[in-house]
Amino acid sequence: MAQQVMDASAVLDAPLVMGKPSLAEVTSSVSGIVERKPPRAWYIAITVSGAFTLVLAAMLGYLVTTGVGVWGNNQPVGWAWDITNFVFWIGIGHAGTLISAILFLLRQRWRTSINRAAEAMTLFAVMCAGIYPLFHVGRPWRAYWLLPLPNADLGMWPNFKSPLLWDVFAVSTYATVSALFWYVGMIPDLATLRDRAKDKIRRFAYGLLSLGWRGSARHWRHYEMAYLLLAGLSTPLVVSVHSIVSFDFAVAVIPGWHTTIFPPYFVAGAIFSGFAMVVTLMVLARKVYRLEHLITLRHLDNMAKVMLATGMIVGYAYAVEFFTAFFSGNPFERFVFLNRATGPYAWAVWTMVFCNVVVPQIFWFQRARTSIPVLFVASILINVGMWFERFVIIVTSLHRDFLPSSWGYFRPTAVDVLTFMGSIGLFLTLFLLFVRFLPMIAMFEVKSMLASSHPHREAEK
Amino acid sequence: MTPATKTYGVVAAFASPEQLLEAARAARKAGYRQIDAFTPFPVHGLDKALGLERSKLGYIVLGAGLMGAAAALLLQWWTAAVDYPLVIGGKPYFHLEFSIPVTFELTVLFAAFAAVLGMLFFNRLPQLYHPVFTAESFARATDDAFLLLIESQDPQFNPEACKDLLRSLGAGRVELVEEVGE
Repeated sequence: MAQQVMDASAVLDAPLVMGKPSLAEVTSSVSGIVERKPPRAWYIAITVSGAFTLVLAAMLGYLVTTGVGVWGNNQPVGWAWDITNFVFWIGIGHAGTLISAILFLLRQRWRTSINRAAEAMTLFAVMCAGIYPLFHVGRPWRAYWLLPLPNADLGMWPNFKSPLLWDVFAVSTYATVSALFWYVGMIPDLATLRDRAKDKIRRFAYGLLSLGWRGSARHWRHYEMAYLLLAGLSTPLVVSVHSIVSFDFAVAVIPGWHTTIFPPYFVAGAIFSGFAMVVTLMVLARKVYRLEHLITLRHLDNMAKVMLATGMIVGYAYAVEFFTAFFSGNPFERFVFLNRATGPYAWAVWTMVFCNVVVPQIFWFQRARTSIPVLFVASILINVGMWFERFVIIVTSLHRDFLPSSWGYFRPTAVDVLTFMGSIGLFLTLFLLFVRFLPMIAMFEVKSMLASSHPHREAEK
Repeated sequence: MTPATKTYGVVAAFASPEQLLEAARAARKAGYRQIDAFTPFPVHGLDKALGLERSKLGYIVLGAGLMGAAAALLLQWWTAAVDYPLVIGGKPYFHLEFSIPVTFELTVLFAAFAAVLGMLFFNRLPQLYHPVFTAESFARATDDAFLLLIESQDPQFNPEACKDLLRSLGAGRVELVEEVGE
């Protein structure tokens, strides 16, 4: 492909939108995805991901009718794949908010072509995350006990001193605010789809969803303010969410969990894994839908740089954890970390180190940052590595506790494995439906970046 | 019998944001005040050209955020220290330190809802019908056209004069927008 053989300087100076499309061309290339019949690859993908979603439903149904014992968690490892998967999915979500809120406030215009899809990904990842704690409580029909609702059957209030309750508030606020941000960002583009709709059903559906948006100057004035405020609110929110998730561990007195580095370490890891997931999805989407002129190599190059930087922070955190354990002089702390590196789960630890610390080093080279195969493979390896990071933190800290007589080795059951695969299926199904029915690139934002949109200056570099 | 329709205004389509900005300035200079523009993306400088003030949404969001913080503190204090005091882990019934995370989250939650609902309220949305939707050029206002509307409420409004002015400013299509009469 012509774009892939561009030399180094061409990538850095390349505009964010290739080939100077007109405003109408931007509208038709993005709206066309929703209006045309989807490509064959879409049908194949949704068949497979739909099948896995059914597996998820079956596994959760089996759990509810049988009991949480169908998962492999048992003493001493009371938290295992369920919480690993919860933290994994919540982390994936963080890139979406980072791209849409923090990069917006920092005026990083390259976020524009990828923010919509990344926000959608955030929402779907948080939905997948929510499944695990919800079903780990064992009786999900009693999940409302987590909320401060006066109820007759429990007769008491939730414990606001517990990080687990903070987590309920953090994750539900995050899910709600992400959904609002995503929807508000989409209103003008839904109006575009409404005005292009040829048949009645589409006109009705997009008409209803766009709330009668008419792009009036009076509208835009409040709209831009609302968007700015939401970005400002989401920025501390995204940092707070993974910090509070890390409190679930850091506030406990378990060696390996009880450390103050957890909040920044978790937030950096979340952004790292989230960007890896955005890269995986965007590399596929730009190819299947021929969006190479909107999601350019410069976008991918920038995302690879973010992965390199956050990967280094994660690597630093691993080193600090070991150093703190050694320097603390606490024999339990030392044992946990020695056991991590050399014990029965050493294979998981070294997989984690390879995927999260060694693999991203390839992004020092621009040739790697702009090579689609390298990006694709590396982003998948980073996701695998970040899953292992959570597994290592949770399971290796628990499996050998203070009493050697109660030591154990956690093995997942088939239900554990199938539930996790099912949640990947749900995530992909939701993403495929999003791509099929909603505008995957923020058209109005891309248009406002084109040269023709600025009376007095050149297109944004 | 009242007539079935009455004039809502005159709408003109321009091909670029520069032309729209110039036209908006010229229309205001000509003395028109009830003007609106419809654009596919926010055009910077248009607020000023149309004489619109800065949005006041921020005050509502600030108020809602403070309400969220107050509600969260009240909830945590009343449930744990008044309604059902219970010693857990030897900690006080209520203290600011462990109340921070929930207070922060509810502040953000209330403020975010206020930003979205306030934006919709100021914009009078949802409003699924608007006379300007009947204009032929409106279909492209969410695509690549930049529309300027002079409303019939303007004291100076005269359909023919408006049409002539807008044509002289380089508008492509200029049309009369009808509204279903009351």
